[in-house]
Amino acid sequence: MNRLSWFNTVSLTLGFAFLYIPMIILIVFSFNESKLVTVWAGFSTKWYGELLQNEAFLDAAWVTIRVAVFSSTLATILGTAAAYVLVRGGRFFGRTLFSGMIYAPLVMPEVITGLSLLLLFIGIGLDRGILTIVLAHTTFSMCFVSVVVSSRLITFDRSLEEAALDLGCSPAQAFRLVTLPIIAPAVISGWLLAFTLSLDDLVIASFTSGPSATTLPIKIFSAVRLGVSPEINALSTIMIAVVTVGVITASLVTKRAMVRQQQDEMAAARTE
Amino acid sequence: MRRAVLIAIPYVWLLALFLVPFFIVLKISLSDIALAIPPYSPTLDLSAGWAGIKEFFSQLDLENYVWLTEDDLYWKAYLSSVKIALISTFFTLLVGYPIAYGMARAPQEWRPTLMMLIILPFWTSFLIRVYAWMGILSNEGYLNQILLWTGIISTPLTILNTSTAVYIGIVYTYLPFMILPIYSALERMDGSLIEAAEDLGCSRFQAFWLVTIPLSKPGIIAGCFLVMIPVIGEFVIPSLLGGSGTLMIGKVLWEEFFSNRDWPVASAVAIVLLLILIIPIVLFQRNQQKQAEAEG
Repeated sequence: MNRLSWFNTVSLTLGFAFLYIPMIILIVFSFNESKLVTVWAGFSTKWYGELLQNEAFLDAAWVTIRVAVFSSTLATILGTAAAYVLVRGGRFFGRTLFSGMIYAPLVMPEVITGLSLLLLFIGIGLDRGILTIVLAHTTFSMCFVSVVVSSRLITFDRSLEEAALDLGCSPAQAFRLVTLPIIAPAVISGWLLAFTLSLDDLVIASFTSGPSATTLPIKIFSAVRLGVSPEINALSTIMIAVVTVGVITASLVTKRAMVRQQQDEMAAARTE
Repeated sequence: MRRAVLIAIPYVWLLALFLVPFFIVLKISLSDIALAIPPYSPTLDLSAGWAGIKEFFSQLDLENYVWLTEDDLYWKAYLSSVKIALISTFFTLLVGYPIAYGMARAPQEWRPTLMMLIILPFWTSFLIRVYAWMGILSNEGYLNQILLWTGIISTPLTILNTSTAVYIGIVYTYLPFMILPIYSALERMDGSLIEAAEDLGCSRFQAFWLVTIPLSKPGIIAGCFLVMIPVIGEFVIPSLLGGSGTLMIGKVLWEEFFSNRDWPVASAVAIVLLLILIIPIVLFQRNQQKQAEAEG
């Protein structure tokens, strides 16, 4: 059971090769001397240098980061509240509609979400810019946060909350002192997910942004339409590096939190 | 009281920014294109009172929907989007299932690392992952270079800007969505069930077909929905990897809106797309709820 059969070894190897080779090629060719991306002409970091000179890309990157920070923070607060309501809220009027509105955006094609939000913003006379992108990103990423957080809320032992309430905590105190520390890893990974979803989004941002605010994916998309370029490879490499470091750090933090929690639970079981 | 506020905040947010916008799209799909800002008429004028509202409703009509049925382009685009989504979901399942299965059978201590290796590309920009294939599949691309160099082919294959490239792009980018739910279903499965089936005389393949597949069904269903529904409206992949021959409705909607600036027709396209998707979306939501309740 604990050894991999040859079939599983082959399928895992091929699967990971398929997932990673395209990105490895992209990274390797970002260090290519030649302007022709498909012909290797020696090692060079000049495309990174040119990227740092490119004002338009830097401006767009700054807009993108601001949008991502604001929208992921808002989405985390709203998404955690939504998850808490779904899992612990009991029955309330329109619960089915509420859970529908949480799950539907997960699979809703972005062109529809983008178009509908744009028409809303035009309808209420809101000028398109950073604010409208933040509102749009918050709306779709809060649903992802809520799914991540509610899966943690479902699995954790409810009697801990009840114990806190029995011992005299108010519901708000019980949430802050018991529930929140336990679901914290899920809340953090929800925030990270919302952050990367916002960094990543092209379609919804294209609909909801105005001429005053262009995000990085919009810039990349218009450049990429003309074909492959080493500058875009360099930019992609930087983005892949940032995400890789972020994901590895996040998974180490979660792992440590989980180990600590298990130790606490075992210690608690022993004292009983 | 507190509970009511807690429920109300996310509820009202989603009503205002998710549900209400659909009604606005519906309304604009019934309007006419106009050379104005915003580029449609009528616009609701509340200052005219009751007469203004009546005037507004009398001007709405189904003209745009009639137009959608008259022009071949639209229904061909809907059909080909559904076809592409079905075929690519099937291939994603075919590629994804063995990977999820291998992960679930891997030694316990490897699993977090394997899991992270699956999630990592999923967190990396979608746009970048599609872009990576442009360099591989083009006529002077890496794939053609390797094939020419090894002598398998003598003239470069045209893959970029064809439907094949779109299928490759979809399978590649949506693979984690298929693997993760199947893996979580397989991981929860009790290994002794397979042993029991084999003890009772099943061959390995029979045990897989009769025990493993049925037990991983919720994961397969969730994965297929997670891939198929968004792919029907996909825009980035067909516009970067597909050519003029690949017709997809997400791209048609985008062009209707940004190039032709015909907002009412774009809205009608979106409403019809939503009607096509509503059944799979409801089924998906039911499936998720059932699973959440089974776990809880």
